[in-house]
Amino acid sequence: MNAATLFGLCGAALVGIGLYGLITNPEPLRKILAFNLLGSGVFLLFGIIARRAAAAGLGGDPVPQAMVITAIVVAFAATAMAIALVQRLGDETGQASISSDSSETGEEKS
Amino acid sequence: MSIASVFDVALVALILTIGASAILVRTAFAAVVMFVVYGLLLSMAWVRLHAVDVALTEAAIGGGMTGLLLLGAVARSRSVNVDSVRVGYPLRLAAGALCALVAAGLAVAIFYPPAPVPTLAPMVMENLPPSGLGNPVAGVLFVFRALDTLLEKVVLLLALLGVWSLAPDHAWGGTPGLQVYARPDPTLIFLAQLLPPVGIVFGIYMCWVGAKDPGGAFQGGTVLAAMWLLVIVAGLQKAPAIGRLWLRVLLVTGPVLFLAIGLAGWVFADAFLAYPAGYAKPLIVAVEAALTLSIAVALGMLAAGPPVRAQQQ
Amino acid sequence: MSLVMDILTICAVSAGALFFLAGTVGLLRFPDTLTRLHALTKVDNLGLGLIVLGLLPQTSSVLFAVKLVFVWLLVQLSGAVVTQLIAGAVRHHGADG
Repeated sequence: MNAATLFGLCGAALVGIGLYGLITNPEPLRKILAFNLLGSGVFLLFGIIARRAAAAGLGGDPVPQAMVITAIVVAFAATAMAIALVQRLGDETGQASISSDSSETGEEKS
Repeated sequence: MSIASVFDVALVALILTIGASAILVRTAFAAVVMFVVYGLLLSMAWVRLHAVDVALTEAAIGGGMTGLLLLGAVARSRSVNVDSVRVGYPLRLAAGALCALVAAGLAVAIFYPPAPVPTLAPMVMENLPPSGLGNPVAGVLFVFRALDTLLEKVVLLLALLGVWSLAPDHAWGGTPGLQVYARPDPTLIFLAQLLPPVGIVFGIYMCWVGAKDPGGAFQGGTVLAAMWLLVIVAGLQKAPAIGRLWLRVLLVTGPVLFLAIGLAGWVFADAFLAYPAGYAKPLIVAVEAALTLSIAVALGMLAAGPPVRAQQQ
Repeated sequence: MSLVMDILTICAVSAGALFFLAGTVGLLRFPDTLTRLHALTKVDNLGLGLIVLGLLPQTSSVLFAVKLVFVWLLVQLSGAVVTQLIAGAVRHHGADG
């Protein structure tokens, strides 16, 4: 198994781990974190696509690499937006988690 | 097994362990700390994949800036008793099985790549010399896929507008709530006085060297933003009110210049975002310099969050 | 000459790696925050210092060597400050863990 395949499997596992966290964690903040983890797994898959396409004396195809750079910045922007949304939600409702059963959530009002 | 592959296996094991614990640990604070460590480890994986530009971006933005953002959110959020809101075992089991299935599907796709691996690397290297750039990734970002880069800057601005729009009415136009981080401490003030000159030089260097070697506007801008935030957190300078004219001018300078040069491409070259022959490198460097400033301000304000206090006159 | 340089590199980097190992063991095994910080600062200081020292003979230009030394100095600075801040937080809020 070469390095690209190894990191590719790592990326696949990270997607799985991130998805699990996204589904099972009730705290919105932890969901955002899990989504970032999922995203970085996808970026890693792009990375091995780039690595396998190494040619012309380069260590990897620069096109997918540039796309990943753009994606990381956009993911950061989306994360900032999501956190601002969650905080506003918390300020408005006083709830620190999203759950289908609202009686389960901590209802501390500030 | 060579030393390099032993290192790779160990690195992957560490990344997966830290990533899983970022999901599974009990407190949100510990999860964020794990996530920052995870970001740094992942940037090492990017180095191993011969993508140093991506490694720099991941370390700076993926680990550092996102970590700062999440830490601030943890500090601001009310603590919640995790056990009372945990989902039940059957659901977790089902979710685990589903996620394992997704990961397995991706793994299968990795083991069976398309037979002739599609690559654009030869085309990039063939067409890179006219641009005067030495870094193929910068070439893709500013020449071949310049539209993506331009729109990405617009996305940053839109996200910032979105974050600002979430401010309560009374705080509109006021200053962001960075004070959750603030703990006036002589040591922190010392760092905030000593580090920024070095950091600013380093950020500009990263932007400049990006034309030839790994680096560029994103990474340099992130370093500048980090320095700015450090000075604000240490209390040496106040966070600017979002209504300030200079702030807004700085925010749009980079994208506007990029767009202007892109439109000029219609007249002087033959297409939108095309550079006239012979002038490509100076134009790209000018765009990168302006973008670095705009990115620094945009990232800093995104990390600072929505305004919470009305502007003091 | 290059053999001497290579031996110096191997010795210094190995010693640095040893400090990293010792510091990591200390981080995992020491009982409270302050002693753990003590273990970590040794890693920053000596471990990275020795590795940078070992890599200096392998550099191709003076500029590169200066960059390496700068990396060490910056890590020193941030390490010292972060250690101070954590220790200060422990003093304020008490050690929990």
